[in-house]
Amino acid sequence: MEQAVPVVELRGITKRFPGIVANDAISLELRKGEIHALLGENGAGKSTLMSILFGLYQPDEGEIRVNGKPQAIDGPGKAIELGIGMVHQHFKLVQPFTVAENIVLGIEPSKGLSINYRQANAKVKELSERYGLMVEPTVKVENITVGMQQRVEILKTLYRGAEILIFDEPTAVLTVQEIHELMQILKRLANEGKSIILITHKLKEIMEVSDRVTIIRRGKVVGTVNTAKTSESELAEKMVGRRVSLDKPKEAAKPGETVLELSDVTVAGADKGKPVVDGVSFRIRAGEIVGIAGVDGNGQHELVEALTGMRAVQSGSIRLNGRDITQASIKNRIKAGMSNIPEDRQKHGLVLDFSVSENLILGSPEQGRFFKGGFLNKSEIDRHASKLIEAYDVRTPDIHNKTRSLSGGNQQKAIIAREMERDPQLLIAVQPTRGLDIGAISFVHDRLLQARAEGKAVLLISYELDELHRLSDRIQVIFDGRIMGEVDPEKAADDEIGLMMAGKMQAGKGASA
Amino acid sequence: MNKAADIFNKPSTYIPFIAIVLGLLCGGIVMWIGGYDPFAAYGALWKTVFGTKYDFGETIVAITPILFTGLAVGFAFRAGIFNIGADGQYIIGMTAATFIGLKVHLPAFIHAPLALIVGMLCGALWGALVGWLKAYRGVNEVISAIMLNWIALYLSNYILRDFLVKKGEQKTPNIDDTASLSIGWLQNFMEGARMDWGIWIGLLCVVIFYVLLWRTKQGYELRAVGHNADAAKAAGINIKASFIKTMMISGAFAGLGGVFSVLGVFHYQVVQAASAGYGFDGIAVALLGGNHPIGILLGAILFGGLTYGSAGMNFEADVPSEIVRIVIGSIIFFVASHGLIRTVIQPLFKKRKSRERKGADMNGNVG
Amino acid sequence: MGTLADLISSTLVFSVALIFAALGGVFSERSGVFNIGLEGMMTAGAFGAAIASYYMETDGGATTSSPWVGLIAGVFCGLVFALLHAYATVSLKADQTIVGVVINILAVAVTLYLVKIIFEGAGDTAQLEQVFAKWPIPLLSDIPFLGRAFFNSYPTTYIAYILVPLSSYLLFRTPFGLRLRSVGEHPGAADTVGINVTKYRYIGVLISGALAGLGGATITLTTTSNFSHSTISGQGFIAIAALIFGRWNPYGVFGAAFFFGMAQALRNFLTRFEFSQSIPTEFLYMLPYVLTLIVLAGAVGKSVRGPAAAGEAYDPSKR
Repeated sequence: MEQAVPVVELRGITKRFPGIVANDAISLELRKGEIHALLGENGAGKSTLMSILFGLYQPDEGEIRVNGKPQAIDGPGKAIELGIGMVHQHFKLVQPFTVAENIVLGIEPSKGLSINYRQANAKVKELSERYGLMVEPTVKVENITVGMQQRVEILKTLYRGAEILIFDEPTAVLTVQEIHELMQILKRLANEGKSIILITHKLKEIMEVSDRVTIIRRGKVVGTVNTAKTSESELAEKMVGRRVSLDKPKEAAKPGETVLELSDVTVAGADKGKPVVDGVSFRIRAGEIVGIAGVDGNGQHELVEALTGMRAVQSGSIRLNGRDITQASIKNRIKAGMSNIPEDRQKHGLVLDFSVSENLILGSPEQGRFFKGGFLNKSEIDRHASKLIEAYDVRTPDIHNKTRSLSGGNQQKAIIAREMERDPQLLIAVQPTRGLDIGAISFVHDRLLQARAEGKAVLLISYELDELHRLSDRIQVIFDGRIMGEVDPEKAADDEIGLMMAGKMQAGKGASA
Repeated sequence: MNKAADIFNKPSTYIPFIAIVLGLLCGGIVMWIGGYDPFAAYGALWKTVFGTKYDFGETIVAITPILFTGLAVGFAFRAGIFNIGADGQYIIGMTAATFIGLKVHLPAFIHAPLALIVGMLCGALWGALVGWLKAYRGVNEVISAIMLNWIALYLSNYILRDFLVKKGEQKTPNIDDTASLSIGWLQNFMEGARMDWGIWIGLLCVVIFYVLLWRTKQGYELRAVGHNADAAKAAGINIKASFIKTMMISGAFAGLGGVFSVLGVFHYQVVQAASAGYGFDGIAVALLGGNHPIGILLGAILFGGLTYGSAGMNFEADVPSEIVRIVIGSIIFFVASHGLIRTVIQPLFKKRKSRERKGADMNGNVG
Repeated sequence: MGTLADLISSTLVFSVALIFAALGGVFSERSGVFNIGLEGMMTAGAFGAAIASYYMETDGGATTSSPWVGLIAGVFCGLVFALLHAYATVSLKADQTIVGVVINILAVAVTLYLVKIIFEGAGDTAQLEQVFAKWPIPLLSDIPFLGRAFFNSYPTTYIAYILVPLSSYLLFRTPFGLRLRSVGEHPGAADTVGINVTKYRYIGVLISGALAGLGGATITLTTTSNFSHSTISGQGFIAIAALIFGRWNPYGVFGAAFFFGMAQALRNFLTRFEFSQSIPTEFLYMLPYVLTLIVLAGAVGKSVRGPAAAGEAYDPSKR
C-alpha cells in the first residue's frame, strides 16, 4: 500500500512579529488518526503555529496542505470548511447562550426563517452520545462546569464535521479526573479516525496519549519523534535545549516564629452561594515556604484575595505577626509587612503605561520617602529605581521607559524587585513563573529561596506540582475551597497529592504537622 | 477603562493637526457644495476673531467655558473616567451661582467668592454623583452622566422658574453687583467686551490640572487608577474613593465654567429647552488636546475662536453659522478615527506601528 | 374611561418615535456597538421627512402619498449617519461614545445648514400641509375602550405594533438574531466559528440608524409638521433610557417607551385641568432619566447588564 497522504502538512511556515520570529520555517506532518503532540516552552511558538493553521494569522512564508492540496486559510471560516476544528485554551463560548445554541452557532438548523431548536437539541444530544461527551443541550453555558464547557467546545468542532482537531493546552483548567476523562476522549476520537494535534508543555500527558511528538524551541522545530521511542527526560532536554536539572538541593528550613495564621477562613461565593473558601486554617512560620497545591479554580484566587484584602472574608480570622488583619485595608496589610507577587502581573502587578520608576514605588509603604508633603520626590524615586533595576537585573534601556515595553520576564523581575525591596514579613507568590522561560524561572526560584533564607514567610500558590515540590517545605492541598490536608514534599508521591487535589482523599497518610 | 485613556495617550501629536486641516477642508467642501465661497468665509472668520479689541475679547469669552469643560473631561479621562456629564455639572454650577447671586445679599468681597465657591461645589457634587454610582453601584459612567445631564437641565429650569424668574418671563433678573466677577477696567480696555475673571481662573486651573496629576501623590494615585484600576487596588489605593475624588475635581472644573458664564459674562440665567452643549465641546477639546492641560487650552482656543468667528461668517459671507459646528464635528471625527488618518496620510507609518502593537500583545500569548 | 383612552391614544403619539429609536438601539447594542448617536440619527430622520414631504408637496401638490415618501426619506437619512457611525466604530475601531457625540453634533449642524440653504436663511422648514392622519382600523377601532385607545392612531403606530414582535422574533428565534447577539456578547467566539463580526456589527448599527430615522420622521409627520432645531430635543436620549429600562428586549423597550411617552403626554393632558398649574412640569420631563438611574443603580430588582461586549471595538489580535 502506498504511503497515505498526511491530512495536514505544514511546509516551512514562518511568522514574524516585530523583534521576534515566532515561527521559523516550521514543517510538520499530521497523519490520519494519530494524536500528534506539539511540545514547547512558553513562547516557543506553538500557539502561533496553530493559529496559522486555524486561519487566525497569515504566515509570512510557507505552505499549508490539507489532504495533499495547498490551501490558503484566510480565516476560521475557511479552516472550518477544510474540516479543521480548534479547542481553544480560553473557551470561546457565549455565556448567556445555551449549550446547543453555542454548538450550532453559525450553522443553525432552520425551519423556514426560524432556528429549529428541537432539531438543534436533538443533534447535539445525538453527537454527545456518539462520542461520549455528556452535555445538557438546553442549559445555559454560564451555569455549567469548566469540564463540561470544554466538552461543549469539542462538540462545536465535531458538529462542524471537523476531521482535524487542535487542542490548545486543554488540561490547564481541568481537575485530575477531568484530565483523565479528556485523555480517554482523545483516544476515542483518534480511534474514530480523527486526527489530533495536542499543544502542551506537560510531558506526562504526551507520554500517555500521543503517537508522535514534535518539539519546538524558539520558533524552530527541534525534531519529531515517536512517543514509544522516547522518554520524558529526553523530551524535556529537547524542549529546553540543554540538560535540565532544576533540582538544586535546598538548605534545610530553619522555621522561626509564626508569621501568618489563618483560622477557619471562609469566603462567600457569588450571590451568597456555596463558600469558595471553606474553613481554611494553616500557619506559615518565618523562614519557610508553604505551598498550596490544587487545580486552578478550587478557591486559590479567592484565598489569596482574602489574604491581600481584595475580597471580604465571611468568617474566620487572619493574623499577621499576631495582629488581626481580617478587616484591615489593603494599604494597612502592606504596611504590616505583606508583599504580593500576583498571578496576573499585567493586570494586578503593574501599571503598564507607567514608567519603570513609577511602577517601582507602586503601593510602597514608604510613602514619606517618595512623597514629600503630598508632592512627588522625583530624585528619590529615580534613585530607588536605578538601585532596584541594578540589583534585580531588570533589563530596560531607561528607568523612564514605559513598563509595557519590557519583556514578560523583566516585568516579573520588576515586581519581585519592588515586593522584595520592602523587606516584607510575608511574601505571597502566585504562579510566579507563569509564562516565563527557563532562565527567568530559575531566577524567580532563587529569589524565593533567598527570601526564605532571609527569614521571611513565603506562601507559594502554583498549579505546577514540580515547582511546589522543588520549593516548598510543606504543601497544603486545596480542593473545592477546603484544605484536604498537608503533605511533606520530600515524602509524598504525586499520585497521593493528585488524589487529594481531586478531593478523593482527606489528610494524607504520610503527612507531617 | 484603560481604553478611554489609551485613545487620548497616542504619542503621535501630529494627528490633531492633520485632523484640524481635514476638518477645515470638510467645512470648505460643504460650503462650496452649498454655493458659498469658503475662502471668503474663512477670511471673515479670521477677521472677526482678530478684527477689533472687542471681537478679540469676545473670543476669549467664547473660549472660557470650553476651557473649563475641556479640563473637566480631560482630568476625568486621565483618572479612567469618561465624563460625558460636564454639561450637567456646568448647568448645576451656573444655577447655584445664580441662586447665590440673586438670593443672598452680602458685601462684594464675600458675595462673589461665595457664589463662586458654592457654584463650584455644586458642580463637584453633581460630578461626585456619577463617581459614586460607578464606585458603589457599578453604573457605567457614560449612561449615568447622560441621564444626569438631562436631570440637571430640568432641575435647573425648575429652580429658575419656581424661585428666580418672574412669572411669564424666561430669564432671571440680573444678579447683585456684589456677586459680579466682571473686570470693569478690562472691559473698557477691550471696547466693552464682557471680560471677567473666568479666563484667568481657567489658566490657573490649567496649572492646577498639571501639578495635581503629575506632581502630587494624589495625582500619581489617580493616574494609576486611570491606567489600571486592578493594579492600583492591589497596591492599596482606594479606587472607589478615587472615582469619587476624580469626579468631584472634574465636576468642580465644569461647575466653574457655569459660574463664570453667570457671574462674569451674562449676569443672568435663561430657562433653556436644551443645554448649550459646552460639555460635549469639552469632550472635543480634551480629545483634540490629547488630555494634556496645554493641549486642552490650545483646543479651547481653536474651538472658541471658531465658535465666535462663525457669527462673522454668517454676517459677512452669509454662510450659516452651523458650518462651524460641522467643522468641529469633523475634527473630532478625524481625531477619534485616527486609523483613517494613518491609513490615508501615512500608510507606511501605520503599518509599522500597528505591527509593533500586535507584536507586543502577542509576546504575552505565543506558546 | 374615555379620558383614559384618550390619554393612551395621545401617549402613543409620543411613544412611537421612542419605540422606533429604542428598538434601533437594541439592534446596535445587541451587536456590540453602543449608540449614543440615536439623537442625531433621529434628527436626520426628522429632517429627511420634512424635506422630502415638502418637495413632494411643492412638486405635485399635497397628496396622501407624500408623508410615506417622507417616512422613507427619514429612514434613508438615518442610514447615512449610521453608516458613518459604523465605519468609524467598526472599521476604524474609533471610540463608540465619542463617535456618538460626533454624530449628534454633525446631524444637527448638517441638517440646519441645509435647512438654511433651502429655506433661504430660515431656521425651520415650511409647515407641511399633508402629514399623516389618524387611521381608525375597521372593526378593531370599534372595540370599546381598547379601540379608542390603541386602534385609532397614526399609521406609524401600527408599524410599531408590527416591528416590536418582528424584532423580538428576529433577535431570539432566527439564525440572524443568534449570530447578531453572539457578536455582541463574545465576538471572539463568533469569529472563531466563522461569523463575520464586522458584517453583523454594520448590520446592527445600520438597523439602528434606519429605525432612529423612522422615529425622527414619525415626529415630523405626526406631531410637528415641520423641522427645526427643537424638533428633536432629547428624544434620542430618552430612547437610550428606554433601551436600558426595557433591558435590551423589544417588548421591554415597548413598555418602557410607552411609559416614558405617557410622561410627555400627561404634560399636555394635564393642562386641561385646573390643578395642573401647581405641578412643576420639569419633574415629568425628568422622570425617564430618574427612573433609569434608579433601575441602573439596582435599587429596583437586580441590577441590569447589557450585552457583554457592547462598547468595545473588536480586535482579533486579542482574541
